[in-house]
Amino acid sequence: MTETLNLKPGQIKGTSGIWEMVIGLEIHAQISSKSKLFSGASASFGSDANSSVSLVDAAMPGMLPVINKFCVEQAVKTGLALNAKINNISVFDRKNYFYADLPQGYQISQFTKPIVGEGEIIIDLDSENQTVVGIERLHLEQDAGKSLHDQHPTKSFIDLNRTGVALMEIVSKPDIRSPQEAGAYVKKIRSILRYIGACDGNMEEGSLRADCNVSVRRPGDEFGTRCEIKNLNSIRFIIQAIQSEAERQVDIIESGGKINQETRLFDTSTGETRSMRSKEDAHDYRYFPDPDLLPLEFSNEWVAEIKETLPELPDSLKKRLIKDFGITPYDASVLVEEKDYTDFYIKAANGVDGKLTANWMITELFGALKKENLTLENSPVSPENLGKLVGLISKGVISGKIAKDVFSEMMISKKSPEDIVKEKGLEQVSDDKEILKLIDKVILENQEKVKDYLGGKDKLFGFFVGQVMKLSQGKANPGLVNKLLKENLK
Amino acid sequence: MSDFLKLDLLGASIALKNKEISSVELTNAYLNAIEKTSSLGAYLDVQADYALEMANRSDKKIQQGTAGPLEGIPIGVKDMFCTKNIKTTASSKILENFYPTYESTVTQNLWNDGAVMLGKLSCDEFAMGSSNETAAKGNVINPWSKTNPMSPGGSSGGSAAAVAARSALAATGTDTGGSIRQPAAFCGITGLKPTYGRCSRWGIVAFSSSLDQAGPLTRTVSDAALMLNSMAGYDVKDSTSANISMPDLMTYLDNSIKGKKIGIPKEYTQDGISQDIMKFYESSISWLKDSGAEIVPVSLPHTKYALPVYYIIAPAEASSNLARYDGVRYGVRNEAATLDEMYELTRGNGFGDEVKRRIMIGTYVLSSGYYDAYYLKAQKVRRLIKEDFENVFKNVDYLLTPSTPTTAFELGQKQDPLTMYLNDIFTVPASLAGVPGISIPVGLDNSGLPVGVQLIANSFDEPGLINVARTLEKCADFNLIPDGAAK
Amino acid sequence: MSSIKSIVDIPTVNKIARLARLEILEKNKQNLTNDLNNILEFVAQLNEVDTSNVEPLASVTGHKLPLRNDEVTDGNIGELVLQNAPETSSGFFVVPKVIE
Repeated sequence: MTETLNLKPGQIKGTSGIWEMVIGLEIHAQISSKSKLFSGASASFGSDANSSVSLVDAAMPGMLPVINKFCVEQAVKTGLALNAKINNISVFDRKNYFYADLPQGYQISQFTKPIVGEGEIIIDLDSENQTVVGIERLHLEQDAGKSLHDQHPTKSFIDLNRTGVALMEIVSKPDIRSPQEAGAYVKKIRSILRYIGACDGNMEEGSLRADCNVSVRRPGDEFGTRCEIKNLNSIRFIIQAIQSEAERQVDIIESGGKINQETRLFDTSTGETRSMRSKEDAHDYRYFPDPDLLPLEFSNEWVAEIKETLPELPDSLKKRLIKDFGITPYDASVLVEEKDYTDFYIKAANGVDGKLTANWMITELFGALKKENLTLENSPVSPENLGKLVGLISKGVISGKIAKDVFSEMMISKKSPEDIVKEKGLEQVSDDKEILKLIDKVILENQEKVKDYLGGKDKLFGFFVGQVMKLSQGKANPGLVNKLLKENLK
Repeated sequence: MSDFLKLDLLGASIALKNKEISSVELTNAYLNAIEKTSSLGAYLDVQADYALEMANRSDKKIQQGTAGPLEGIPIGVKDMFCTKNIKTTASSKILENFYPTYESTVTQNLWNDGAVMLGKLSCDEFAMGSSNETAAKGNVINPWSKTNPMSPGGSSGGSAAAVAARSALAATGTDTGGSIRQPAAFCGITGLKPTYGRCSRWGIVAFSSSLDQAGPLTRTVSDAALMLNSMAGYDVKDSTSANISMPDLMTYLDNSIKGKKIGIPKEYTQDGISQDIMKFYESSISWLKDSGAEIVPVSLPHTKYALPVYYIIAPAEASSNLARYDGVRYGVRNEAATLDEMYELTRGNGFGDEVKRRIMIGTYVLSSGYYDAYYLKAQKVRRLIKEDFENVFKNVDYLLTPSTPTTAFELGQKQDPLTMYLNDIFTVPASLAGVPGISIPVGLDNSGLPVGVQLIANSFDEPGLINVARTLEKCADFNLIPDGAAK
Repeated sequence: MSSIKSIVDIPTVNKIARLARLEILEKNKQNLTNDLNNILEFVAQLNEVDTSNVEPLASVTGHKLPLRNDEVTDGNIGELVLQNAPETSSGFFVVPKVIE
């Protein structure tokens, strides 16, 4: 059990002292290409087994791979977005092992000379703190097929639809120090991939998966032995699995045991990791350059052309939003999570209060969309209308409270805020004379309470405010009501 | 009947175009010949009905004047080429029930040009061998055999035997370390391995991807030129295919070779070559000299390392290429309770000993701890071997070497794998360098067995190679037919 | 058989056979081990060659890897893909059950 007192995120208090986690992540991202990495079969497919399989994918005798240009471009693009070194010459290697969902008996991957080398990204730990996570490398490889083991007592069923789909494997350096950091890292990578259009980042559907390498150590010590947790497909599970695994390792070490370097799976029902059924010998993949493929070579000019096509990336967008719209770093991080959030925000905040717009978008709009199970794409409230609503608040036409009602109506009717305010007569009353009339009425009708208030019961002030607001059906300008009440409650 | 068999490919193609003979007649003659010579075991599968269908179609095209360059020519196909809906086994038990749903690019090129398929020819299992003794369905016998059955060479032993025995007018083969050239030499015919990348590998059962090349086995150099004209060509489906066009080789046949420089590499005439072979080699040198070529002694210093390099790289690539034969998606399966047991039984049972040996070597030399010492080392020495050729071709145009250290040997004689490997000593270097080579028959040794010599050219110089080979062929004037041939 | 310098022994052969998923019968193991040792000893002569400044050969052809346009040109041939399979069921390949 972690105690939250005096512990930094990612630290565990064991019986013998404090332990630190060391985490590295390998993210597998399916490239959103039309066809597969080395075959012309479709990379997106329906439910019919083996419907999107070519002879090459099925590894028939004599079949040969031919590489997909789009996939190479996406790898370069991603490398650029990760501030990483692009390797103009890279090599495809065969990773040899036997499994039913691996028809060739090897996976075409990249081992010694990947297409992208070292890079780094900045991730937000919280609203104030950031950290840098190093990227070790990015390489291209084939995805495997799918096996169904639970359809029959003695047989497994193999579907090769996914075999050969292009994957980018992004390997981080072991710079991550807490489960939360790991979550933030995955979120950031996912965001970048979606921005550049290389991968749709859909973790539930398996377009983005993570393997986590976890080890523990006493602060200042060398890295401990690590275990790999495979195939985590949600950020929640990643965080849980890492925490659970680190705790497991601390328990073992503190009871005098040693950590065996092994591959583990996360059991979502127990919340713990378990060892994969181990084979007698460790995998010896016998990597060697694939003789059916020549080295992949491209020029700096080509890389520069690709760089031109990169959209503005989250980090840069974030800085720009803070500068141009005056919003907080936290709000900016939320808005740049997805490119369409940013696009929406920029349209909405056009000519109105940036901070207020950000508030409304993040708190009210996102909240309402989530409740109705809608995406921003399907928002009944258009960015222009949101902006107009903010404008009405800033100009004092409606109060913040009334604005919420207007907003609810906008969600249902899709009408513009001015129309709704007009139709329902919701304009704020900001006329001194009008408000004084209401105040006079309230004072007249509540003589006893006035006496009590003047006699020292300060808390009754709120009552008078409430009464005036009620009398005005919420339309009175609260600020003015406060001011005028103070002046007139004598 | 026998007159049909007398025509070589060039002669037959002219006779067909001139409507002196029909493809149906010619094909029937060959189907007959196949029956007569069946004891040689060259064919695994004869497609008589299909062949006649194709022959019929060819005759119609000839009538209509839309004949292709090989229209109506009956050929045999080495069973390493996937032929659509026709059983393709790579001479292995593990594929004994495999019917490809696709056609290899090379054979499709041949059918597009009008050739007629007689059937599938035996070879060493998965093209691994130099004697055609590892075929699952049994040995192929060299038609030149006298008292005891002799090997036709390998791995394209069936192809060579059929062409020599006149049970195919021509045949396709594959050459990885000599598997076209060596059997051609043993059977007294012509065998051509083109530049690596000249012919597409798509649809050919892969043995060693950086070495495999398809090529023709024929009676004459002209026939080989006609066949390669059709077989070769860029294929986008093969990433190693060369996008370099090849001119019509026929136009180069009879050019003069005056002034051409022929290199005689000293490393190819070390000990261990039979006297008869040396005699014919020396004659060949004289013939070329008499034809106006300049003879230049040269050196390819890393020649002796070619075999060890080959026996690391080829098995390594094979061990990976053959991993797909696992009983899951095609081929035979030995049932078992677990997946791994199924793999082990299926492959243990389905592969023959030589294939298993090579998979074991290949797996070992790629394995953790040994990769640098073996595989990486071999690829470095391979570069040196390739550089030897690049350097030598700065000074000469072609190389002349013996094709094999011995003539055909008796079946069952070479039990030891290593001794068998030494058969390829002269053919392997050109394979490693990716350069084209051709073996042509130049005479018979004292035992009446054919002797071949090899010409090697620089990458993509098949035109020059054909030219010199034709010149040498004219000088040698070898026209003998084995006793085991169909009459 | 004359005494062979032993590079691999039977336990190693077992390990390699396992990696390659090849069942080797007990009675054949010694001969196979001998054959492998002979071959490995033969290829060891490469150690005579000085390759300290030599790059491994990456490709024989010298041309670059050709790139293909991202188009769907294949697939939808489920029947053909399954046609030669020893066992299939409802469009799936069937194998003995694997327990993970």
